[in-house]
Amino acid sequence: MVTYYSEEHEWLMIDDDIAIIGITAHAAEQLGDIVFIEQKEPGDEFENGDEIGVIESVKAASEIYAPVDGEVVEANEVLQGNPAALNESPESDAWIYKIKLSDSAQLEGLMSLSEYKSFIA
Amino acid sequence: MANRVKRTPLYDLHVELGGKMVDFAGWEMPVQYPAGIMAEHTQCRTQAALFDVSHMGQVILTGDEVALKLESLVPAALDELRIGKARYTFFTNPDGGIMDDLIVSNAGDHLFIVVNASMRYQDVPYMRENLQGVEVIEVFDRALIAVQGPMAEDVVGTHCPEITELKFMETTLAEIDGTECRISRLGYTGEDGYEISIPEDEVDRISRLMLSHPKCAPAGLGARDSLRMEAGLCLYGNDINPSTSPIEAGLKWAIPKRRRSAGGFPGADRILNEFKNGPSRKLVGIKPSGRAPARAGVEIHDMKGNTVGAITSGGFGPTVSGPVAMGYVSLPFANEGTQIQLIIRGKPQPAEVCAMPFITPNYKR
Repeated sequence: MVTYYSEEHEWLMIDDDIAIIGITAHAAEQLGDIVFIEQKEPGDEFENGDEIGVIESVKAASEIYAPVDGEVVEANEVLQGNPAALNESPESDAWIYKIKLSDSAQLEGLMSLSEYKSFIA
Repeated sequence: MANRVKRTPLYDLHVELGGKMVDFAGWEMPVQYPAGIMAEHTQCRTQAALFDVSHMGQVILTGDEVALKLESLVPAALDELRIGKARYTFFTNPDGGIMDDLIVSNAGDHLFIVVNASMRYQDVPYMRENLQGVEVIEVFDRALIAVQGPMAEDVVGTHCPEITELKFMETTLAEIDGTECRISRLGYTGEDGYEISIPEDEVDRISRLMLSHPKCAPAGLGARDSLRMEAGLCLYGNDINPSTSPIEAGLKWAIPKRRRSAGGFPGADRILNEFKNGPSRKLVGIKPSGRAPARAGVEIHDMKGNTVGAITSGGFGPTVSGPVAMGYVSLPFANEGTQIQLIIRGKPQPAEVCAMPFITPNYKR
């Protein structure tokens, strides 16, 4: 499986036309202690750049923007009871959505891990 | 008004400790350290935390009958304030609103006052203009730190045993490791603790001495905000401002009997009238039922969807372990237990008006 990264500090792990998406460890660290997440529901459709959720840290609220067009297949409900998981394991257990990609070609606009690393350096 | 971002004498220490520096009221201050706001907040509630509050304005007032003269600008009873005692009060404006809040201490041959960082450029000229025969000296060569938390007495007392005798809202001069400091037993966290005014050249050394105590760790502005919010303490500019009266803000406890009957401070007409007849709105504690924090600016609706007020401070309370907020609501909605709705990102979220503070304060009375 290939993982892509967005300039909005999200990761997308691709399995055919399904992507698991979450925020990067770098984003989680910048946000600080996360206390709440507002998520979309399965079936919700969105376009690249749409707001698809809000993460609240002790400090402030930050929007999550869709890195591609798609539809929510599943929201990780564990995060509702335990938003702090986004600080602990943002790139594994604390994934945010499983989504169905509308257009896999959009992935070409995203970054590889090495590109993302130099982006945040 | 100064335009350049200023640094306190503890800037190098903040950077060394990994502080995330932000611009706050024209000062480069640590919003948090690597431990994070949640851990720093808990540190203060359970052990002791050290805050740099040197950006706040320290002012000395001297002159004949200085306390009585200052009473013309604030509704506190200062004339009978004994040496070594401190009071919380506020400058009121002619409309009965609040221009700033401050702490006044009777230091014997002068009054020592501490005002908000953002308001020192207003308050100092204002006092100079309105206090005839009073010398208003802004102190530029002293820093201010706060050591707060249930173990603050041990942290400070290790180096200055006499301050264990101080009670809440008392102040004294005492030596810490050979440096004379003004030590006051007060703060803005809801915990026991001290604010210590220290010569700027000595504050780095004394702060490190405090931090060498195993139960003391640094805390930034982020934790300071969540701590004062849980303690139900007003932040000037958010919860109190030139349009909010002390009665609306729930601060009538800070206006003693003599001032209530005699008046003689700006805006006394409105304030004393609200004393008698009640205000039209009130600052209340608000507990959101869900997990979403409601921050300043969020509209408050009644259950029918009518706007009845707005949140002025809100966020996550680490000790409460959930969101907490305060805001103004029109009087019929100010009773504890009243069900309301908070409009968070366009959606109504249920909440309840509740008593403040959200935690039990831990002052040494």
